Amino acid sequence: MARRTLKIASLGSFLMELAVYTVFVFVYFFLVLHFLGNWIKHLFDQNRTLYATVALALILVQGVVLEMLTTALLKLIRRRET
Amino acid sequence: MDFLVSGTHISPLYLIVVGFIIGILGGFFGVGGSFLAGPALFAVGVPMNFVVGTDLAHIVGKSIVAAKKHRVLGNVDIKLGLIMVVGTIAGVELGAQMVQQLKRHANADIVLAISFIVVLVSISSFMGWESWQTLKMTKGKTPKPSAKRKLKPDASAIGHITKWIQKFHFPPMISLPNSGIEKISLWTILAVAFVGGVFSGFLGGGAGYIRMPAMVYLLGVPTHVAVGTDLFEVVISASYGTFTHAIKGNVDIMIALVMHTGAAIGAQIGATLTEYFHGTRIRLAFVPLPLIGAAIIIYSLVTGHHVK
Repeated sequence: MARRTLKIASLGSFLMELAVYTVFVFVYFFLVLHFLGNWIKHLFDQNRTLYATVALALILVQGVVLEMLTTALLKLIRRRET
Repeated sequence: MDFLVSGTHISPLYLIVVGFIIGILGGFFGVGGSFLAGPALFAVGVPMNFVVGTDLAHIVGKSIVAAKKHRVLGNVDIKLGLIMVVGTIAGVELGAQMVQQLKRHANADIVLAISFIVVLVSISSFMGWESWQTLKMTKGKTPKPSAKRKLKPDASAIGHITKWIQKFHFPPMISLPNSGIEKISLWTILAVAFVGGVFSGFLGGGAGYIRMPAMVYLLGVPTHVAVGTDLFEVVISASYGTFTHAIKGNVDIMIALVMHTGAAIGAQIGATLTEYFHGTRIRLAFVPLPLIGAAIIIYSLVTGHHVK
């Protein structure tokens, strides 16, 4: 019974994390990515090596930041539960 | 939304949903998900050379999330991953050069698409057969997943081939305690990684659909560790692949960034799910996925128009 309650609580935490994460991502998406397109295209046409460096940096940074964001959110929600 | 670099118009919601699904599958199976991401991009009109490079870029971001999660679960053999990076990078470069050669001919799309179909169907058929045989072999004896069992090689119908490969004594020999392997030739690991790298550079993605099964069947790495280690290795090798493809003009980073927003959360879910499944079941569940990718490409080729 206790195990079942714990499982339901974990699922609740996870869904809450998912909802908060979705809000963050959509804000980021519309604020940052929307305005990045033209600059990226300019870079692609002008300097391919710089474009490659920026492209790799962007995806690496986004990967690390989103990983940190999801981990932090999960910790925060679990701390509130306990 | 217009993606200026590749000159395509794609709904961002479509990319986020595709990324999310691929994220779950990637986190669960330890693959980049190019068997679905490639066809999904090709299906909405992204040129095949951009499909290859862009998919690699999106995989970099997604694999960071899943690899970190797997590391926490104790599923990453860092020593094995770092060795494999060397072989993979050499293979990726060869694969990328092959794409460059093809781009000079008008039929690059068709050659890449047919190669993709052949590889996907072959892997799916083999894994389906092997997993089914293993399940029959271990009927009633399938242990529940646990941390202690992770270091033992999973039961496999072709376990004798794995043992035969491990007997190949060509120095230097190394041990991989985190994968439960006492001794294996460095050259065997590099060869497996190199072949995976060629597929990665040629067809896009991290080629986890080749490397994950190869680590399990050829090197004898337990499935859970193969999944985590493959993801760790993919972060490094796909970063190199992204850079080299971007210089060659094959990467639309905006598409990759949008896809990754969905993939990041999917990868967390997928990686967590591996805790609840045994290795053979994970491999069996993998079987239909490459076939879905192959079906999407076949549809696009046969009808001559893309799925919008």
